[in-house]
Amino acid sequence: MEMKAVVSSTGLMLLFAWLSPSQALYFHIGETEKKCFIEEIPDETMVIGRYRTQLWDKQAGSFLPSTPGLGMHVEIKDPDAKIILSRQYGSDGRFTFTSHTPGEHQICLHSNSTKMALFAGGKLRVHLDIQVGEHTNNYPEIAAKDKLTELQLRARQLLDQVEQIQKEQNYQRYREERFRMTSESTNQRVLWWSIAQTFILIITGIWQMRHLKSFFEAKKLV
Amino acid sequence: MLAWFLLLCVQLMFSWICASELTFELPDNAKQCFYEDIIIGTKCTLEFQVVTGGHYDVDCRLEDPDGMVLYKEMKKQYDSFTFTASRNGTFKFCFSNEFSTFTHKTVYFDFQVGDDPPLFPNENRVTALTQMESACVSIHEALKSVIDYQTHFRLREAQGRSRAEDLNTRVAFWSIGEAFILLVVSISQVLLLRSFFSDKKTTTTRVGS
Repeated sequence: MEMKAVVSSTGLMLLFAWLSPSQALYFHIGETEKKCFIEEIPDETMVIGRYRTQLWDKQAGSFLPSTPGLGMHVEIKDPDAKIILSRQYGSDGRFTFTSHTPGEHQICLHSNSTKMALFAGGKLRVHLDIQVGEHTNNYPEIAAKDKLTELQLRARQLLDQVEQIQKEQNYQRYREERFRMTSESTNQRVLWWSIAQTFILIITGIWQMRHLKSFFEAKKLV
Repeated sequence: MLAWFLLLCVQLMFSWICASELTFELPDNAKQCFYEDIIIGTKCTLEFQVVTGGHYDVDCRLEDPDGMVLYKEMKKQYDSFTFTASRNGTFKFCFSNEFSTFTHKTVYFDFQVGDDPPLFPNENRVTALTQMESACVSIHEALKSVIDYQTHFRLREAQGRSRAEDLNTRVAFWSIGEAFILLVVSISQVLLLRSFFSDKKTTTTRVGS
C-alpha cells in the first residue's frame, strides 16, 4: 500500500517537474511575430525546450491561464540552415532535438493564431525554458531508475558535467581551426590582391601612354 | 517516506528555482523585454554579453515590480548584476538597441534565480554532509564555474570569428571592385582625352599654338 503511494507520488513529482515552465522566464510576442533563439552547441548534445502560452483577454484585462486551439509553430535549423524540426504544437509544448553537427542552431517560434478576432490589440505571453546538454538530465528520475545512492548520483552528475566540458573543448578546437583558416585565407587574398593591383596599375599606365602617343602621332601633334 | 514525497510535490509546485540562458537577435531600433516572477529574499543574478553587431553594445535595464529601476546601463558590452528580491512580484529586464540605426545585435543573457534545485529528494535533512559529499559539492560548484567561463570564452571567440569572416568577404569584394574601377577609370581617361582632340579639325591650329 505504501509502495503504491510512493510510486504514485513519484509519478506526480515527475509530472510537476515536466510541467515546470510555469515558473520560467516569459516574454510577449505579437500576432505574426517570429521569435528566434540561437543555441551554439557541440555535436551529439541534447536540447529540450518547453513553452507555455497565455492569451491576453481583453474583457478580463488579464492573461487567460491557457487557451485550447492556440498553437505555436516550432522550427529548428541546424548550422547549415537545414530544417531539422518543423512542427506545430499546442498551447503547451515540449520539443527536443539532438545536434549532429556542431555550431549555431536556431530555434524559432511563431504562433498560428486561429482566433484572429481575439487578437485585436493582441498580446501573447510565452513562458520558455530551454535546457542544453547536462541540464537536460533529470537526476531524481535517473536515481530512481538505476537505484543509485546519493553519493553515486553526485558522481554521475559530476561525470555528466565533465563530459559536457570535454565536448565544449572539442568544439572549441574545431572553431579555432575555422578561425585560423579564415585568417589565413584573408592573408592570402590581401597578398595576391596587392600584387595584382600593382600589376594592373603598371599595365594600364603603359597602355595609356602608348595609346596616347600613337593617337597624337596620328593627329600630327607630336 | 510518503510525507517526503508529498512535501517534494508541493515544493516543486511552488519552487522558484530556475536558470534561463538565451541568445537572441535584437534588430535595430528594437527593444526586447523578459519577465520573471520572483519571491522575496531570492538571490538573483543577471549576466549579459553582446555577441555580434556594430560596436557590441546594448542598453540594459532591470526593474522591480514597483517599476523602480534596480540596474540601468547604456551601451554596455558585458556586465553581471546580482541582487536580492526585495518584494514578491514580476521583475522585468529589457535590452534595447534603439540607439542603433542599422545594426542588428545578438545578445546572450543568463538569468539565475535562487540556487540550483537539490539533487536528491531528501536533501533538506538536518544532518551534515559527509566529507565525500561535501567534496562532491565543491567539485560541482567548481565545474559550474568552468562551464560558465567556457560560455563566455565561446562568445568572445564567436565575436572575433565573425569579424574575421566579415573581413574576408570584404577583402574579396573590394579587390574585385577596385580592379574594375581601375580599368574603367583608365579607359575613360583615355577616351576623354581623345575626345578633346578628335572632333574639330579646324581647332588643330589653336591646339598647336
